[in-house]
Amino acid sequence: MKYALKRILQFMLTMVIVSFLAFLAFDLISGDAATALLGTEATEEALAALREEMGLTRPLPVRYGEWLLGFFTGNLGVSYIYHQSVSELIAPKIAVTLLLSFVSFLLIVLISIPLGLSAAKRSGGILEASSSAFNQLCMAVPPFFTGMLLSYVFGIMLKWFMPGNFPDLHTDFGGAMKHIFFAAIAIAIPRIAMTVRMLKSTIQSEMRKDYVRTAISRGNDRSAVLRVHVLKNSLVPVISFLAQTMAEIVAGGIVVEQVFSIPGLGRMLVSSISNRDYPVVQAIIVILALWVVLSGTLADLVNQRIDPRLRLGGDR
Amino acid sequence: MKKKMNGFLLAGLAITGLLTAAILLGTVWTPYDPAAMSGSEKYLAPCLQHPFGTDNFGRDILSRVMKGAGTTFFIAVLTVLIGAVFGTAAGALTGYFGGIVDDVLMRLNDALTAFPSILLALVVISLMGPGKTYNVVLALGLVFIPSFARVTRTAFASARDVNYIKSARLMGASSGRILLVHILPNTMNVLLPSITIGFNNAVLAEASMSYLGVGATPTDASLGYMLSEAQGMFGRAPWYALCTGAVIVLLVFGVGLIGEGLQRREGGVG
Amino acid sequence: MKKRLTAFLLAALMCTGLCACGSKAESPSQSATAPPASSTESANKAANAVTVGIAQDLDNSLDPHKAVAAGTKEVMFNVFEGLVKPTSNGDLIPAVASNYTVSEDHLTYTFTLREGAKFHNGDAVTAEDVVYSLKRVAAPTETGVVQVEALSIMADVAAVDERTVAITLTEPSNEFISYLTVAILPADYTEQDTKPVGTGPFTFASRSAQENIILAKFEEYWGQKAYLDQVTFRIIENAEGLLMGLQSGAIDICSHLTTTQVSQLSDSEFSIAQGNMNLVQAMYLNNAVAPFDNVLVRQALCHAIDRQMILDLAFDGYGTLIGSSMYPAFGKYFDDTLTNHYAYDVDAAKALLAQAGYPGGFDMTITVPSNYQPHMDTAEVVVEQLKAIGVNAVIQPVEWETWVSEAYVGRNFQATLVGVDASTMTARALLERFTSTYSKNFINYNNAEYDALFAQAQACYDDAEQTALYKAMERNLTENAANVYIQDLADLVAVRKGLTGLEFYPIYVLDLSTVRYEG
Repeated sequence: MKYALKRILQFMLTMVIVSFLAFLAFDLISGDAATALLGTEATEEALAALREEMGLTRPLPVRYGEWLLGFFTGNLGVSYIYHQSVSELIAPKIAVTLLLSFVSFLLIVLISIPLGLSAAKRSGGILEASSSAFNQLCMAVPPFFTGMLLSYVFGIMLKWFMPGNFPDLHTDFGGAMKHIFFAAIAIAIPRIAMTVRMLKSTIQSEMRKDYVRTAISRGNDRSAVLRVHVLKNSLVPVISFLAQTMAEIVAGGIVVEQVFSIPGLGRMLVSSISNRDYPVVQAIIVILALWVVLSGTLADLVNQRIDPRLRLGGDR
Repeated sequence: MKKKMNGFLLAGLAITGLLTAAILLGTVWTPYDPAAMSGSEKYLAPCLQHPFGTDNFGRDILSRVMKGAGTTFFIAVLTVLIGAVFGTAAGALTGYFGGIVDDVLMRLNDALTAFPSILLALVVISLMGPGKTYNVVLALGLVFIPSFARVTRTAFASARDVNYIKSARLMGASSGRILLVHILPNTMNVLLPSITIGFNNAVLAEASMSYLGVGATPTDASLGYMLSEAQGMFGRAPWYALCTGAVIVLLVFGVGLIGEGLQRREGGVG
Repeated sequence: MKKRLTAFLLAALMCTGLCACGSKAESPSQSATAPPASSTESANKAANAVTVGIAQDLDNSLDPHKAVAAGTKEVMFNVFEGLVKPTSNGDLIPAVASNYTVSEDHLTYTFTLREGAKFHNGDAVTAEDVVYSLKRVAAPTETGVVQVEALSIMADVAAVDERTVAITLTEPSNEFISYLTVAILPADYTEQDTKPVGTGPFTFASRSAQENIILAKFEEYWGQKAYLDQVTFRIIENAEGLLMGLQSGAIDICSHLTTTQVSQLSDSEFSIAQGNMNLVQAMYLNNAVAPFDNVLVRQALCHAIDRQMILDLAFDGYGTLIGSSMYPAFGKYFDDTLTNHYAYDVDAAKALLAQAGYPGGFDMTITVPSNYQPHMDTAEVVVEQLKAIGVNAVIQPVEWETWVSEAYVGRNFQATLVGVDASTMTARALLERFTSTYSKNFINYNNAEYDALFAQAQACYDDAEQTALYKAMERNLTENAANVYIQDLADLVAVRKGLTGLEFYPIYVLDLSTVRYEG
């Protein structure tokens, strides 16, 4: 329990640091929010009034505290471009991105675990070599290229879904899921290859350990040993790896959302970067960071349940 | 050097060598001027004169790909270089000297490596302004520093207490000399795989960013930018997207095979 | 390798089946109401609705008096009307007003408001609303409202009675009536920015930033009611997405397509209508920054560009060449002799550059809104052509919003390749913007003779004389090479088979009130 508490505190500290850095960085470069809102033709008095009204004249730590508080109260500032509240703008996008990430993750886990296990059993031979090569090939395909091919073949030729028309989540959930599914495939392919490779090397190095050799030489069933001991001991690194995957999925999603015209956080982020719409960029980056740090923390907590040795702390 | 070649290494070197040769060739000679437009040769399918076909302006796609792959390659090499040099330096200093600086930097490092490289690069790009090639290099380079630092730190930290290093120290060798001459060469076996992985990540990240329109511009079109262009004419000129995409895949695949080959040679997996 | 890939794809396909079932089980009610797979087209037809693809989001504010972007006005033409409105053949017809009289001295206009003209909120249009609307744009006091400078000659706007408005002018003007296309808005309404209310054939239904804007048929429209019940404008900011949307059936109508895009659409699904985009496409030069503050440099650029080649390369030969800030739809104002004022002549260009002190050329940046494929394509060809005179140009693609704030409003650019539209059917709408004191003179054109000609044209009430003055202004722009004029783009509009009635206007609007399903 103590470990969990420590880990959670660590998580919160990391988030505070990350959000402060994000706030500081964008505060330094974004120039004057009042000018951005009122345009270049605004009068000096109007600007001064707005600065006062927005509280821009107050010291940085105060504004940071307020902004951080905004994450809990839903007040993340106002978009320079849309003059709309940031939370209102990004709230619907979060659901879409979450769904996309979730489906991608599910695909990765469901496909890579059986594939990885069977790959680990193989050792040497032409089959092993060619599947490793194929694995490398899958890792080499950029998700946006796969996405392009998928949307052409399944969207335009076969018309299974409609690229360019992402249905509203509330009125046509099934349609939206179909759209998301193809995007998830594009994200998943290279990640599946990586996970398979990772599983294979983890299991194989575990298999080479003495206790496994002993168990097998004592006449235990090979696959039973694999199931009972090896898998359990391989779980910890695998879970850490999956947490990293979770983070990478979000990054892959940024690009793939663009290919499939899916209105998620990624697309919003990219266009906001180009528009220098800093309040939106700031908010999305902190949300994505939260996602990354949270999945890391969760993985650690789960791992500590599995392997109590980790509770003693120290470096992993 | 009794470590033997293996199929992966061989195939990887062959693919990468071939591509690198084509890219290097592209810096001095291409079959056609990659920018030359021709109204009468628009949308030609691959043929003898134009092995990769032509695009919407009648430009030779093979020539464009040679140049574009050069841009991508150049950015990737540069970013890996930045990452490796600064990362190794940071790893060496923290690993060798240890102490509080080490603790702080490594915590920061841990936090940074958890973030996907594209995400970090996008943050840096948004701070520096999109659409400039050197900004992409800087952004990606910065992003790759932590992972190199992490790998080399371990190597340097463990080398610190090895006997011959201790004796070198006793003989009065300066820290700089120990780091550069005695330890650095021995970190190559951990550095090399990181470089192959880093290179591939850099290629993919650059391609993604150009595809998103925050990377290279039309004037120095990289493969990613060309792909985004090609997507708009997939129905009319599918060869554009397919050829360009295939080159990205091969570039990453080749280096991936080398990485796999190196690992097998070292660790004897499989 | 191939077999493995196929096997993998098959496995993936099986998952599709599973997933689809899964989601249905989770939300039975939703799948029951959802339209059958991949048939927005038929669903749209059943609902008597269409989806129109547009390449950019609308302005932040939907208030028509604040709109800046041509794309916003193009869409909101369906929602707002003025006292008069333009028709597809360029005439003005009474709209909110049913008729008007002009006094002998041309100084007093008396408008009678149309019986039955209503705002979308149900209120009848009153004289007070008209007074409010005209005064609001003649001398704006609210932030964001764009001044219609042509209306500043109004001495007074007054409500004579509930349904009569009298406008008196300080001087006669034969263009004045054209500017009364200014949208009439309800006087006491404060949510125009987000929930606009007008009198047009469509009402505003909803807007989702970066996603769409939805209009619905206005049942109480005074004139010919719209045929469609609902129009969704879907914002897709990349050209690939727009094309895919058309191909996959997500979009029914899309204008401003390139020939490359059109050639990828199947003939059995779409009919392609061709008109003119009514834009002055040019490489606009910031006349206040070096080296473009030098007329010789600007002229050199004009000589260095082979415009016919641009049409051939990027537009399959479609488009109309122009030589000044005027396009052929303007009829009498269009001066065809200017079109070929600068022949394509690399040697002449080089000579001019040398004379200007740039014998070796220079580096320049062309800012282009990246969501407009035609402009991007043109820019690519321009960059290539400029190499011949040693000018090393790079393209800086920017998002539309950035273009508006940085280049257009901020005037922070070297050269920019875009199209400029006319908000009304007057020469003034195209030419006034380059007078030195005009607030939206984004190229910083500063020519005393030009300003004088404009002042003369405003003071002139004789049509022929005024036309001559406007033509002199066009010639002034051409001779001073204010910009590198290229073309009025051909407007290729893809319309899904089964839809009919789309009409082209001589200004940059997309009228959906006449569009309907056949049969």
